[in-house]
Amino acid sequence: MVSVLARAGVWLVVLFLAVMASALAADGGFAAHMGIVALAAFVALWFSLRGADYDGIARGALRFPDQGRYDDDPIRWGVIATVFWGMAGFLAGVFIAAQLAWPWLNLEPWFNFGRVRPLHTSAVIFAFGGNALIATSYYVVQRTCRARLAFPALARFVFWGYQLFIVLAATGYLLGISEGKEYAEPEWYVDWWLTIVWVSYLAVFVGTIVKRSEPHIYVANWFYLAFIVTVAMLHVVNNLDMPVSLLGAKSYPLFGGVQGALVQWWYGHNAVGFFLTAGFLAMMYYFVPKQAERPIYSYRLSIIHFWSLIFLYIWAGPHHLHYTALPDWAQTLGMVFSIMLWMPSWGGMINGLMTLNGAWDKVRTDPIIRMMVMALAFYGMSTFEGPMMSIKSVNSLSHYTDWTIGHVHSGALGWNGMITFGAIYYLVPRLWGRSRLYSLRMVNWHFWLATLGIVFYAASMWVSGITQGLMWREYGADGYLVNSFADSVAAVHPMFIMRAFGGLLYLVGAAIMTVNVWATILGRLRREAPLRDAAHDAARDRPLPAPAA
Amino acid sequence: MSTHSTYDMLRHIADSWGLLAMLAIFLVLVTWPFRPGHRAKNHAAATLIFKDENDG
Repeated sequence: MVSVLARAGVWLVVLFLAVMASALAADGGFAAHMGIVALAAFVALWFSLRGADYDGIARGALRFPDQGRYDDDPIRWGVIATVFWGMAGFLAGVFIAAQLAWPWLNLEPWFNFGRVRPLHTSAVIFAFGGNALIATSYYVVQRTCRARLAFPALARFVFWGYQLFIVLAATGYLLGISEGKEYAEPEWYVDWWLTIVWVSYLAVFVGTIVKRSEPHIYVANWFYLAFIVTVAMLHVVNNLDMPVSLLGAKSYPLFGGVQGALVQWWYGHNAVGFFLTAGFLAMMYYFVPKQAERPIYSYRLSIIHFWSLIFLYIWAGPHHLHYTALPDWAQTLGMVFSIMLWMPSWGGMINGLMTLNGAWDKVRTDPIIRMMVMALAFYGMSTFEGPMMSIKSVNSLSHYTDWTIGHVHSGALGWNGMITFGAIYYLVPRLWGRSRLYSLRMVNWHFWLATLGIVFYAASMWVSGITQGLMWREYGADGYLVNSFADSVAAVHPMFIMRAFGGLLYLVGAAIMTVNVWATILGRLRREAPLRDAAHDAARDRPLPAPAA
Repeated sequence: MSTHSTYDMLRHIADSWGLLAMLAIFLVLVTWPFRPGHRAKNHAAATLIFKDENDG
């Protein structure tokens, strides 16, 4: 009873403070955000009081979770949240791609490109990717440690607290609240909230590892742990900000000028390295072997892969600041470490692909494996392209052009998206106790739509990026630039339309996944012809006739 | 110590002993799974995810 009261009391205090802050807010955006926090605190208060087992408390019988079962509820919520935020993020992406092609779609002030673009990036990276990482890490850490999730209440707080972070971030962008730092746009109070949620996440994850019954910690957990710890460090250092008012949204960063830029891109590149790479490699090291029903090709290689990524990635950030005020040696350092990253990345890709050694037929017969193989292929492609683009002379052509956008999307749509879809298709029938997915043919459709979408996206951005790079640097005999910026915009307009079409294909694929996941959760099974039949021609299946005498 | 000499000191540690220490730690960690008699352990680690086939 005491704990129920204490928990409800905390939410009541939060509710009270949020209402006060909303009333006294220095600006409208902060007032709206505190209104959202008050609403969230009210919902949390409601569930603390309604959800408590008063009968059990009255009888003095405390309920303890059955340690002989895995704690899968937050994982089920996480899978649903992943699909939901994925659709939201992809839709926002198609919308801003269309805005670039048809500028009249910029609906002032809330839905112009400048505000929807961070909504798109945060929705796909932090909402779609983040929920996938939290859900799969809860799943994998329990299965590989053979232990029930530690701190169940905290694990639920992490899930709901993270959703509140997403809602605050997304609404903030549309209201015009932003620090203006790429992938780190949320303002100071949202950063503080994420820090609390993230430390709780670390406690749940490490707590589960500590109570494991399996002596060895499986390599996927190393990657998850590196992701959680490093993201905590990056997030805190890059968000050392001083708020203008404790009741206002605006804050100013501790680091200014080139130091600020370096910290931002140390953060920004390691958000790619540890959020989008280490975390998703953890998914790869569990779900690819499980779906292929074969152990990872080389466990030793996975450990080399792990330590090489950890030691190299953290230095690669300065390649975002080539030819800027950053000292030359720091730029070269960033470039050298980026190029060195190529090898461990390909080691990891080979490790994943070679897991199918001796079972390559599964690529033909199992669309989920095909999705995972495509994810690894794109991991390999974008981790080759990235080091190449970090070379200063290549970067002088590619930087600030759409080539960078294309590179990011071949990694994000190809690697992160495909491996997440594979993991979702693996998890849904198991989490809801279904015999199989609603439809395997729909997985196949999703695969081809997504792949074709990426092809359209990446190809159009390569053409557009190189066009821009060449047009911007073209000098005439008189020493003046030949093209105006608007000339280069007009030149790439057809590419913008092709990019929007590619994004649309990717969105349609995800919509098919949503239907498939939904129907599987409802327990429906689609009656469909199998993807492959046993090839048999009865007429020809007979011995050779006796030779004529 | 002035800001610049702090910077100078850290910079020299970073490209001499700091770099060497990091390289040494890296090499130890990477060669760890290659030490003799570790083959069976690697195999056990790689297959531990299949011990319980009806996961979930």
